[in-house]
Amino acid sequence: MLDHELINRTLGAALRTGGEFAEVFVEDKRSSSATLDDGRVEELTSGRDRGAGIRVVVGDTTGFAHTADLSETGLRNAADAAAAAARGGGGGVREVAVTPVDTPRTNGARIAPEDVAKATKVELLSLADAAARGEGNAITQVSARYGDSRRRILVANSDGLLAEDDQVRTLFSVSCVATGDTGLQTGRESTGRTIGFELFDEADVEDMARRAAGRAITKLAARPAPSGAMPVVVGPGGGGVLFHEACGHGLEADLVAKAASVFAGRVGEEVATPLVTLVDDGTMAGEWGHFTIDDEGRPAHHNVLIQDGVLTDYMWDHLRARKEGRPSSGNGRRQSYQHLPMVRMTNTYIENGSDDPADIVSSTDNGIYVAQLGGGQVNTATGDFVFGMTEAYLIENGEITEPIREGNLIGNGPEVLTRIDALGDDFAMGSPGTCGKDGQGVPVGDGTPTLRVTSLTIGGTAA
Amino acid sequence: MPELIDIATRVVGWAEAGEQVEAYVVHERETEIRAYEGEVESLTSAESQGVGVRVVVDGRQGYAYAGTLDETVLRETIQEARDNAAFAEADEFNGVAAADGVAPAALDLYDHDLAAFPTDAKVALAIELERATRAADPRISGIESAEYVDSIGEAAVANSEGVVASAAETGCYLSAYSLAEADGETQTGFGFSIGRGAAELDSAAAADDAAERATRLLGAVKPPTQRLTVVLDPWVTAQMLGIIGHTLTGEAVQRGRSLFADRMGEQVGVAELTLLDDATNPDAFTATIVDGEGLATRPTPLIDGGVLQGFLHNSYTGRRGATGSTGSAVRGGFKSGPGVGAHALALTPGTRTQAELIAGIDDGLLVQGVAGLHSGVNPVSGDFSTGAEGLRIRGGELAEPVREITIASTIQRLLLDIQAIGSDLEWLPMSAAGVSIVVADVTMSGA
Repeated sequence: MLDHELINRTLGAALRTGGEFAEVFVEDKRSSSATLDDGRVEELTSGRDRGAGIRVVVGDTTGFAHTADLSETGLRNAADAAAAAARGGGGGVREVAVTPVDTPRTNGARIAPEDVAKATKVELLSLADAAARGEGNAITQVSARYGDSRRRILVANSDGLLAEDDQVRTLFSVSCVATGDTGLQTGRESTGRTIGFELFDEADVEDMARRAAGRAITKLAARPAPSGAMPVVVGPGGGGVLFHEACGHGLEADLVAKAASVFAGRVGEEVATPLVTLVDDGTMAGEWGHFTIDDEGRPAHHNVLIQDGVLTDYMWDHLRARKEGRPSSGNGRRQSYQHLPMVRMTNTYIENGSDDPADIVSSTDNGIYVAQLGGGQVNTATGDFVFGMTEAYLIENGEITEPIREGNLIGNGPEVLTRIDALGDDFAMGSPGTCGKDGQGVPVGDGTPTLRVTSLTIGGTAA
Repeated sequence: MPELIDIATRVVGWAEAGEQVEAYVVHERETEIRAYEGEVESLTSAESQGVGVRVVVDGRQGYAYAGTLDETVLRETIQEARDNAAFAEADEFNGVAAADGVAPAALDLYDHDLAAFPTDAKVALAIELERATRAADPRISGIESAEYVDSIGEAAVANSEGVVASAAETGCYLSAYSLAEADGETQTGFGFSIGRGAAELDSAAAADDAAERATRLLGAVKPPTQRLTVVLDPWVTAQMLGIIGHTLTGEAVQRGRSLFADRMGEQVGVAELTLLDDATNPDAFTATIVDGEGLATRPTPLIDGGVLQGFLHNSYTGRRGATGSTGSAVRGGFKSGPGVGAHALALTPGTRTQAELIAGIDDGLLVQGVAGLHSGVNPVSGDFSTGAEGLRIRGGELAEPVREITIASTIQRLLLDIQAIGSDLEWLPMSAAGVSIVVADVTMSGA
């Protein structure tokens, strides 16, 4: 994407004020999306973002600047600004010579989205609309969105690293509104993969639309969610976001370093029931949180964070790892060239257990079965987290019975990890997500088998 | 660099016969400084610009954007938007905004001193904020973040129907997230100070808030589930108003996604409830003189004396609803076209302070913070359930802190169950002002 000599000169300029480490991150991203709402294809949007972010590290201080101007002058100005921001004061000239790392530079997309006619993308939206509306008159509104992006990145740094990646992602979602005597209810389905347009060979948008519509219709008859602490069974795939919030964030080394995590200083300790093995894995080809190299040029890793209940490691970016004298775990990510990288999750999941999912439900006297979760949030310092239930049912005498209306679940990460008493053998990945941290969003995946938490607080209105 | 308004006008000049074109051009400079342990942890200096182009042909609309104002790219962008329009379906209400004769308010939202404020002084503010937060209370055990952020931005909109407008705004803030510890238990709190210029920032106040919010939660317990009266802190009310504002948009109403559809003129809240959206109020940090389509902003009454009075409209929903735009087009930057939303929502305040409101409650809960609001409120059905933390109220006084609870009701009931609105109206770094409100009969779920 950029001439190697130009990269070397830019890194040299960035180090002129005595920086110990300098990095150039170049990104060229094209996105396109199309939305359908209110019965018609509303608008197609396409965009291009291209630029470079340059950071310089001196001691514990990072200076950062970015530019959309990739000329020698533009890069030089950004390098000067980053160097001034870091202000080491050492001065002197340091020569840098980067060496390309042999990373596979072809993306995994079989059908590049840019090669697909816009009319073909638009047709998917209309198919989804018709399928959802076909579920009955109760469906009063449908919106659908198609999106794809191709993101080429280049990372070079003063350690001599030079790596490139080409990331293609494709996404489709459908949301429905159902109207009934009790008001309005909503249902949603989405799929997203780090692949090209071949996504639609495996994802049937009409099926997705029917499922979203069914969810909204089911909820019209739902009763208010109960409130208070009770057992919660989470269905396969649906539980991933629970672990993303409950412990994933608390295992990010930047938060651990500031003691802003309940898991700080606990490596080697038993933090969960022995049933739990928690993994963060950027190498899962095709998954929404997949990449070949992270946004600091490090290869994606398969990182076991909790093994049989014992905390084994945190997730690391370059800065935090360097301070500890260890390698990065490939978790340095950023939203765009306009952002500094930080420790972020990729695909976070709980490995299969050995219980029969049907037995997990039938051995639960009274509680909640959550089939689909919405978004969540955690306070990493206290471990308290919340997440929304978007499809949930009562469990009465070991059977899944009536649907309940939406509500939040609240719990505490470390406590939940010790309260998992059943883990199924039906592992599935969940819906594609966008993880927000310090105002930056990055694509993440998650997954779990069916599992039971002996006690979580349900935030319903039925007291 | 050339004036943004000239760039926008030039792009619009490329419109072909039968086309409507709108160009939105932005330029922004930002500084973000994070302090940690008395040093600069990171200093980001950023300058960015971009353009978003909307083309409407025969009722079909297309959009394209680019993160640069390079001439060649501008040409490519309008061509891409034109190409996109060909694949969208026609909608008779599509179109750019037509000038409506409303003059922009005379507001000065640009602090010239901020542009000249030296980086060293910004660094000093961030470091002082961190020091003051650590020093505010002996139980403060750490700092998750202490930062100074500023932004100097200019935006211009022009369209082929003759709308040409631009606005320049500055803003800056200090914010601190603190950790407090006692008896092996950790709690967190935040504090901030915001202004158009650095002279308005108060690091001591931000530090005190961050320390107090964290320390007063120490010793929090998980209470049993019950229904009770809650007092929402201004910060929490403002977040709820943000969601309610979304349900009051013409878009949500016309697309069957608003619980307020078909309720115009009805009593939707208590008589004390009056809600206004007014981007021309200079006290609002989101104040702006022109909306995302270049029309002048103006005060828009939404609820008056509890009666639903109006909805927010951009030019599309204004045409479709035959009401005209209320100057409520909002844009999330140049990467997307104009949507519709509130700029600066505020409830008419009452006469009693938060302390006076609390004094009148025998058994209740002061909600200091909420978590997971984005996943816990369904703006279509009105159901809401959110994680919460705060302090119990017993016999008219604040009592023990509580945590790991949720509060739940519906937006519909919340507005009808308001018992009092406080006098403590405060503009916050979001598109709504905060004020304490007392709400009866909310479910608090705990153990």
